[in-house]
Amino acid sequence: MKIAVLSGKGGTGKTLLSVNLASVADNAEYIDCDVEEPNGYLFFKPENIEIEKVNVKIPEVNQELCNGCRKCVDFCKYNALAYINEKLVIFDDICHSCSGCTLFCPQNALTEKEKNIGEIQRGISNGINITTGIMNTGEASGTSIIKNILKEDFNKKDITIIDSPPGSACIVMETIKDVDYCILVAEPTLFGVHNLNMVHELVNLFGKSYGVVLNKDFDGKNPAEDFCLDNNIKILGRIPFDSELGKINSEGIIAARENEKYKKIFSNILQRVIKEVEQGEAIINS
Amino acid sequence: MRIVIPVEEKSMGSNVSEIFGRTPYFLIYDKENKKEEFIENTASNSRGGAGIKAAQIVVDNKGDVLLTPQCGRNATDVIKGAEIKIYKTESRSVKENIEKFNTGTLLPLDNIHSGFHGHGEK
Repeated sequence: MKIAVLSGKGGTGKTLLSVNLASVADNAEYIDCDVEEPNGYLFFKPENIEIEKVNVKIPEVNQELCNGCRKCVDFCKYNALAYINEKLVIFDDICHSCSGCTLFCPQNALTEKEKNIGEIQRGISNGINITTGIMNTGEASGTSIIKNILKEDFNKKDITIIDSPPGSACIVMETIKDVDYCILVAEPTLFGVHNLNMVHELVNLFGKSYGVVLNKDFDGKNPAEDFCLDNNIKILGRIPFDSELGKINSEGIIAARENEKYKKIFSNILQRVIKEVEQGEAIINS
Repeated sequence: MRIVIPVEEKSMGSNVSEIFGRTPYFLIYDKENKKEEFIENTASNSRGGAGIKAAQIVVDNKGDVLLTPQCGRNATDVIKGAEIKIYKTESRSVKENIEKFNTGTLLPLDNIHSGFHGHGEK
């Protein structure tokens, strides 16, 4: 069962929820796809780390073979190539590594070179497999790193918790493409609701089953809760606005491992999600 | 000399477009013949790299100078690679900027931003 944890903006509690859900599951793995700023490893402190480098293919031109036909320039939907002063110029950061220009070049003037954009670290923490995607500082897109993480047969464990990047852009789409369920984490602010709305649209577009976990929940008016009620979105659970939890979390300790009260909160959320997925499968199979 | 300006509308009364890569049109003004020509910016609805494609259009239309309020790093690489000089527009009126350029009061654009990358331009 593959469960992605998403949120429209950073800092709503994706990692808090993800690491705790993986910790309360019986047979779990945790995958950090927030490649720009992975921090799940700070909680798990995984051991026996193996590193896999992630490279992408970038075109390289032989100017002597290039006759300026511009087939590559016209083909590239991302405009990663330009032809200036009778010379082909390639913008590595814009390239999405589709190989189209190289295939289309009638002069065979383009070849591909490897460019390292980051790495994947795999380790283990208390029996939980921990995978972390890390993008090199300064790179424009980590989508390829996520593709590399998720192309593996990563469903070896019963529960796979995927800590998604924030937002609703390509990198998030790549993360949730093949998951069984999406948990949207929401914080009780208007800004949070605006971003929740964006991921809500995304999961609907992808036809995913989903529900919301209200983080920093407190007595009083919660705009995120109102949004869920107005849009008939399932509320899977609530994480209290609690200074003790905040303190434990800020020290890089997994709250569910530390304290029975928190273990119960996260176990309940996980059980609810498992039930949702199983019910969903029952409907599909009937 | 061919002066290129990103513009909002196809008229000399138009304002300068605030954005280079996704401007709807370019004005190409021939300083010597005082003739204007408007071309569509086919880069404006690009998925990404709009600045690069827009700059390619400026290059292909044989601009000599570009007057723009701003220009991203990648677009600047293309423009400067073609030895086109970039000047910073000072007001919104197209006519005013052409006059200022002609009297030599516009300054070269040296504040190049790194591109919008997923938040507009790219």
